[in-house]
Amino acid sequence: MARLSESAVAKISEICGRYVDEPTPLMMILSDIQNEYGYIPLEVQEIVSEKTGISVAEIYGVVTFYSFFSLKPKGKYVIGCCLGTACYVKGGGQVFDKFSEVLGIKGGETTADGLFTLDALRCIGACGIAPAVSINGKVYPKVKVSDVPDIVASYKNA
Amino acid sequence: MSLVNIKIEGHPYQVEAGLTILEAAKRCGYEIPSLCTFNHGECNQGSCRVCLVEATGARGLVASCVYPVSEGMEITISSPKAVQARRTSVELLLSNHSTECQQCPKNGKCELYYAAQITGARNVNENGAKTPATVDEISPSIVRDTSKCILCGRCIARCGNAHGLSVLGFENRGFNTIVGPAENRSFMDSPCILCGQCVSVCPTGALMEKSEIGKIDEAKRVGKYIVVQTAPAVRAALGEEFGMKIGTPVTGKMVAALHRLGFDKVYDTNFGADLTIMEEANELLLRMKNGGVLPMITSCSPGWVNYAEYYYGDQLDHLSSCKSPHEMFGAIVKSYFAEKNGLDPKNIFVVSIMPCTAKKFEKERPQLVTNGLKDVDCVLTTRELGALIRRSGINFAKLPDEEFDQDLLGEYSGAGVIFGVTGGVMEAALRTAYHALTGREHDLIKFEQVRGLEGIKEASIDIDGTVVNVAVAHGMKNAKILMDEVRAGTSKYAFIEIMGCPGGCVAGGGQPYVKPCFLPDEDIDILDTYKQKRTAAIYSEDERQSVRQSHNNTQIQKLYAEYLGEPCGHRAHELLHTTYAARERFN
Repeated sequence: MARLSESAVAKISEICGRYVDEPTPLMMILSDIQNEYGYIPLEVQEIVSEKTGISVAEIYGVVTFYSFFSLKPKGKYVIGCCLGTACYVKGGGQVFDKFSEVLGIKGGETTADGLFTLDALRCIGACGIAPAVSINGKVYPKVKVSDVPDIVASYKNA
Repeated sequence: MSLVNIKIEGHPYQVEAGLTILEAAKRCGYEIPSLCTFNHGECNQGSCRVCLVEATGARGLVASCVYPVSEGMEITISSPKAVQARRTSVELLLSNHSTECQQCPKNGKCELYYAAQITGARNVNENGAKTPATVDEISPSIVRDTSKCILCGRCIARCGNAHGLSVLGFENRGFNTIVGPAENRSFMDSPCILCGQCVSVCPTGALMEKSEIGKIDEAKRVGKYIVVQTAPAVRAALGEEFGMKIGTPVTGKMVAALHRLGFDKVYDTNFGADLTIMEEANELLLRMKNGGVLPMITSCSPGWVNYAEYYYGDQLDHLSSCKSPHEMFGAIVKSYFAEKNGLDPKNIFVVSIMPCTAKKFEKERPQLVTNGLKDVDCVLTTRELGALIRRSGINFAKLPDEEFDQDLLGEYSGAGVIFGVTGGVMEAALRTAYHALTGREHDLIKFEQVRGLEGIKEASIDIDGTVVNVAVAHGMKNAKILMDEVRAGTSKYAFIEIMGCPGGCVAGGGQPYVKPCFLPDEDIDILDTYKQKRTAAIYSEDERQSVRQSHNNTQIQKLYAEYLGEPCGHRAHELLHTTYAARERFN
């Protein structure tokens, strides 16, 4: 198994240390690690297990239960296509498919160059500007299928 | 203890407050079907919904395994609504379950099958989608087939309760949920100690030992000389495979069955246990005399050895270098025994009947190969021996009592027998160490302080002024407490016995299932008492032996005089000792 750098081990230990007084600290620890690194691989779960005494199997169960947690690194730009009801009826599905075609990846996957991850989201509360796409927090309103190549290109060239 | 008045099916009863409806009903003589609950709430998820009943004061139907009784509660098990709900619950489980019941090795002992039978589940739609399944057959010990898993969580609870490990867990979400080691890995690629406790509680065929019966057929086909040996704990439980009461010792019938199964020699691993004691007791005395690493810790239990290699890789020099008894026995069969009988060791096939699934892995260890040959070739669990006997058309109950073959390796002492219970190895070793130090037998023979089922037992033995502190632990949860002291350098003991399974080998992962629904003649508290009953069967055999100490076994004395030389001597080291290596938990 790949070994983590000393600084990563120290950081994860520090995150675990933030919640020593909590009766059920696991969700908070995992949230912080997800925010810090963008993913929670097994090596990291092992350290959390050592620090908290919670078994690796249980931690893995929690990580795979919640879609917010990820086992694999996400791309530099995370493209979230909203497929909630309003976005979907306004053509969000086609927008999602176009991103998939342009990037050559399926939902949940990351491009080989590590630049883009494509996620399907369930309603981001932007129904008035449907179909909406969110890229690293920036929201694109009323996206048309024909806009997709330009949006991708703007990040590629950034 | 306060009591509450309840009614079940209109009949009044007084039961303890705080009981679940399921437990209360059981004590009043009712049997509500249930799957996910086990052993007084050791596992209690209320998830399978097979135990639904009507209870006044509750909205709708309640899961009786988690719903507590209260004063004045009226419980109805037999109402059409409750009957239909239980049936539907089972049908829903079956709709996402393997339908290969006839081929399933759990056939006849499956609690889901039984629940389907008694709830009348018939109308199963098998055409819907099924959860993608994983079959892990990589480990030599345990097979996991998630197509037969009902997500009851018993295995997860047992792994945690027995060992504090929880190697198994739920993973993924909703319809894709499965039970397995992290990352859905094989048991071999995760820090599983292969003890088989999960197998012993699984209600279905999702977790099973890996059968090796086929290897025996193959050995017979190619004309091997087959030597079989049986571990002490097997005789205390094998009868259960044939409907006998728990705690019935069946040594004579077991030997008779083995004689009829076409083995060339039928021996007792107890001879190997006596040999282990000779080596281990002397190793302890040498360590004490020469300032060696103390405490010394027993190495008979392969589950414990696996645990030590995964979790205490920096403390392995505390483990006795002695091979486990059946491995010692195998090594002697393929050397001394072969020589004496003019047999080619390559043509000898050693079969061990063990109460254990981890022994299947142990025999594959590269450290347990002597002169290019595995010490032991095949390990069957007690359950597999039951299957082998049934398959061969032998009526076990009608068998006469027969004796183990007596030539060369047939004699055994009471000390060898008690290896099957927690504290037994310690007691056996103390009997011999006492003699080695003083030249006298201990006048009590019994060392009561190390008997019984407490998680950790301690004793101080005064041997002519030398006080030896010892401890005994079983289940890795307890072992961890002692091992953390060892690692910290604060352990006050000279000698520690550790057994993988709680209760020792009598409650090993390869022993007959103790499932109350299949044991209508046993007491309702059988899950609380079966370990004591099997343990009593073992101690009774110790009492019956004329020789109670390993060093007084005349064939052991002869083996040393003619072949091995001194205990812990050069030849003994080559044949009877081994090494350990730290292992990555997730490689």
